[in-house]
Amino acid sequence: MRMSDAAALKVAGVTLSFGGVKALRDVSFEAKAGSITAVIGPNGAGKTSVFNCISGFYRPSSGQVLLDGQDISALRPPRRAALGIARSFQNIALFRGMTVLDNIKLGRHAHMKTNLLQAMLYSGAAAREEEALRRDVEERIIDFLEIDHIRNMPVSVLSYGLQKRVELARALAMQPRILLLDEPVAGMNREETEDMARFILDVKEEWGVTILMVEHDMGLIMDISDHVTVLNFGEVIAEGLPAEVQADPHVAEAYLGSGDPAALMKRLHEEAEH
Amino acid sequence: MIIGTAKESYRADEALLTTKPQRVWMAIFLAFLVIVPFSVNDYWLYMVCLMTINVVAATGLNILTGFTGQVSLGQAAFMAVGAYTVAWMERDLGTPFLVNLVGAGLAAAALGIVVGIPSLRVKGLYLAIATIAASFILHFVFVHWESVTGGNTGINVAPARIPGMELTTYFQLYWVIMPVTIIMVVAAANIFRTRIGRAFIAIRDRDISAEVLGIPLLQYKLMSFAIASFYAGVAGGMWAYFFRVVTPESFPFMMSIFLLAAIIVGGMGTILGGVVGAVFMTITPELLRFVVEWVSPWVPNAGTLLSPVRTIVFGGLIIGFLVFEPQGLAEIIQRVRRFFRLWPFRT
Amino acid sequence: MSDWLFFIEVSLAGLGSGALLSLTALAFVLIYKATQVVNLAVGEILMLGGYLFFAFAAGMGLSPWVAIPLAVIGGGIVGGIVERGIIRPMLGEAAISVFMVTVGLGSVLVGLVELIWGTDPRSLPNFIATAPLFLGEAYVSRKIAVAFVVAGIVVTVFLVLFRFWRGGVALRATATDQAAAYSCGINVPGVFSLAWIIGCATAAGAGVLLGAISGISPTMGIFGLSALVVVIVGGLDSILGALVGGLALGLIQSWTGTYLGGEYTSVVTFSLLIVALMIRPYGLFGTHEIERL
Ligand SMILES: Nc1ncnc2c1ncn2[C@@H]1O[C@H](COP(=O)(O)OP(=O)(O)O)[C@@H](O)[C@H]1O
Ligand SMILES: [Mg+2]
Repeated sequence: MRMSDAAALKVAGVTLSFGGVKALRDVSFEAKAGSITAVIGPNGAGKTSVFNCISGFYRPSSGQVLLDGQDISALRPPRRAALGIARSFQNIALFRGMTVLDNIKLGRHAHMKTNLLQAMLYSGAAAREEEALRRDVEERIIDFLEIDHIRNMPVSVLSYGLQKRVELARALAMQPRILLLDEPVAGMNREETEDMARFILDVKEEWGVTILMVEHDMGLIMDISDHVTVLNFGEVIAEGLPAEVQADPHVAEAYLGSGDPAALMKRLHEEAEH
Repeated sequence: MIIGTAKESYRADEALLTTKPQRVWMAIFLAFLVIVPFSVNDYWLYMVCLMTINVVAATGLNILTGFTGQVSLGQAAFMAVGAYTVAWMERDLGTPFLVNLVGAGLAAAALGIVVGIPSLRVKGLYLAIATIAASFILHFVFVHWESVTGGNTGINVAPARIPGMELTTYFQLYWVIMPVTIIMVVAAANIFRTRIGRAFIAIRDRDISAEVLGIPLLQYKLMSFAIASFYAGVAGGMWAYFFRVVTPESFPFMMSIFLLAAIIVGGMGTILGGVVGAVFMTITPELLRFVVEWVSPWVPNAGTLLSPVRTIVFGGLIIGFLVFEPQGLAEIIQRVRRFFRLWPFRT
Repeated sequence: MSDWLFFIEVSLAGLGSGALLSLTALAFVLIYKATQVVNLAVGEILMLGGYLFFAFAAGMGLSPWVAIPLAVIGGGIVGGIVERGIIRPMLGEAAISVFMVTVGLGSVLVGLVELIWGTDPRSLPNFIATAPLFLGEAYVSRKIAVAFVVAGIVVTVFLVLFRFWRGGVALRATATDQAAAYSCGINVPGVFSLAWIIGCATAAGAGVLLGAISGISPTMGIFGLSALVVVIVGGLDSILGALVGGLALGLIQSWTGTYLGGEYTSVVTFSLLIVALMIRPYGLFGTHEIERL
């Protein structure tokens, strides 16, 4: 799928507060179908909160979330997942009691049909569905993300970078139309970051998935994103092409309290490296 | 990656028993179960049946607590519901005993769903305490709903019948209880080969992320409660046919703690753990009896020591396993297996 | 006797046992506040307190006024040993595992008491005068009145301590954030031990009072279950909740026991618990922790 002008996902006037504290104020932006949109901003700006509103974990006090033009604001998180909103988490949320393979398989849950009785009997239908899932996960996801060697390991023994990759795998198993990635390369070394960038681009190109990504790594954002939205104190303060945003003095001010883009770059690189 | 035989290998990989030694050991074990009733005396057959009933109840609890992470201290109360259902169906409906066992499971499951409703609002200890509350309320119902439960005196249960025969001896009952148990344990294992089992484990590990990944929490938590109570109900139903009388004191609160202890000692979150835990915890008090009998020539009034010693050992086992071997007996078994590798079979 | 007078007497008796519930609930709260552990063995420590008093006063013939502090100290020592021996190694384990450890501990304590003193109920030597007490026209058992006053004072003292005393503040800080407490120079393991020692000592003291009123037996630990209901309803981390909840439950149990019949007390108690959980899952006065993704 090519990038088009149609918005696959639209956040319209979302306001969210936690007991008086406004985490998001009238936030609006959109992600065009088949594009990569980056959401950036200082820590505490509300980026994760926006993701939580999109996936339904938080209920905004006003505003809507539209998926392909359809208002999904009233739907519970599992329904949204079933409609194709998949995500990874800033603080890795793999299930520690399962192997890598089972974690990935779990992602397909909403698209499967086996009911309790079929499960207890492991009936023909259940067996076929599991086998088809296994094949799909092995051949399309595990091979693609180069994680064959760890498929039977418990997730708790994996390195941070590999855990992030398994999270991506699980999100892909959800058959996403929109993929939300919350800081996908945070804490990764150069090589791991490059691998991840390649995977994200491939997902966009080959799977035709619309991607929304929170990141601090400006280099990565410049390289792969098509569009950037900047949040500060819960408000959208700038958006546009990566280069435009980078040169915007408002953005630098948000990060540093000064209008110097060069200082911004330096600061962002520091944050990316922790 | 294996190409060519991929189809075969995926299917084999998803099987319940994946290696040849596993299959051989399982065959030996099943053969053993067939031989047991012919080779032990009535006392041991009684013990085996009791263990087997406890295996069903513990396996159900393990699905709820060990796999889904919803701690319940009400499993015994659901056994009671199953036992009363069987007693009532035998007395007032006269339906065949297999129907009654299923009825016992379904009645308990329905109630389990009701008791599970707080699980969406409260977690962990608060939920455990809600289940304690539910079991005390049920106890009250057993005492006071006399037209159905017979009040404090309880109900006598007619023997299970198959055409042409009443099942009254332990030997006869064994051939009902054991197959039912095997079927239920296999069914429990099967759940965890599918999306439903994965959903349960995900809820246990972190329910809020599971929800965002597409798992409706209420539905699955209640499903887990229903399964656990179904198992308890069937176990209670078999118990009723085994002891032939049900009273409000047949399933004391202590029994819920016993079942939770069984899955802790056996290993939470593994099917094997629920089975070995129930067997181990049922047999230990009996072994202590032999120990006490054995020391009685040297220890004055050893007989009166038996009950306190059992209580101490019971508590000590819970503490010991939680502190030193939190994965339970199942983990010890796995370690032994790894030690011997595939001995004595080669694949 | 007028109905009103009778009602007042029933209520006074209820407040008396309610104060004991508050005291026992305090033991739960102290331990929970510092260590986030729900110690189900509080009921058994309470029982042990009663038996220790029995051993010192009846067995060794000590004066009750010596035996009481010894029983309380004994409870504290057991608490300290338990904390060091089996609770601290469980640090970082799931709350429910630690909870089950305390269930196991309760079982061990019951077994030990049965082993040493047998299973028969016993009554404690009298140390409170038996002459009845009148509040206006209403009769109150003197033992219950004494229990009420003592329990009331202890709970109030802790309520004040937690507000103003440094140690109380340390305990509260530890509860909120262990890592932060460490970095502020608070001796976190010390606070843990202290909480267990004081909590178990409190429970043992409650056991002496309860034993004085209704005798002791290995099954008296069941009283802990009622106190657990109090802390669940009042909030696991709230001393105020323990006080209010204990008195309220004491009243309710006394009323239902008298007007509906003894067999109704537990069903009413637990129904209230379920209703409270559905309305306020984290207790009337407890704090609710928000989960984040
Ligand atoms: N569950 C919550 N309860 C209270 N405040 C929250 C919650 N989630 C987020 N916040 C607050 O909202 C703001 C935005 O947080 P977040 O979305 O995590 O920022 P970011 O991801 O941009 O670093 C912060 O001030 C944070 O403290
Ligand atoms: Mg964030």
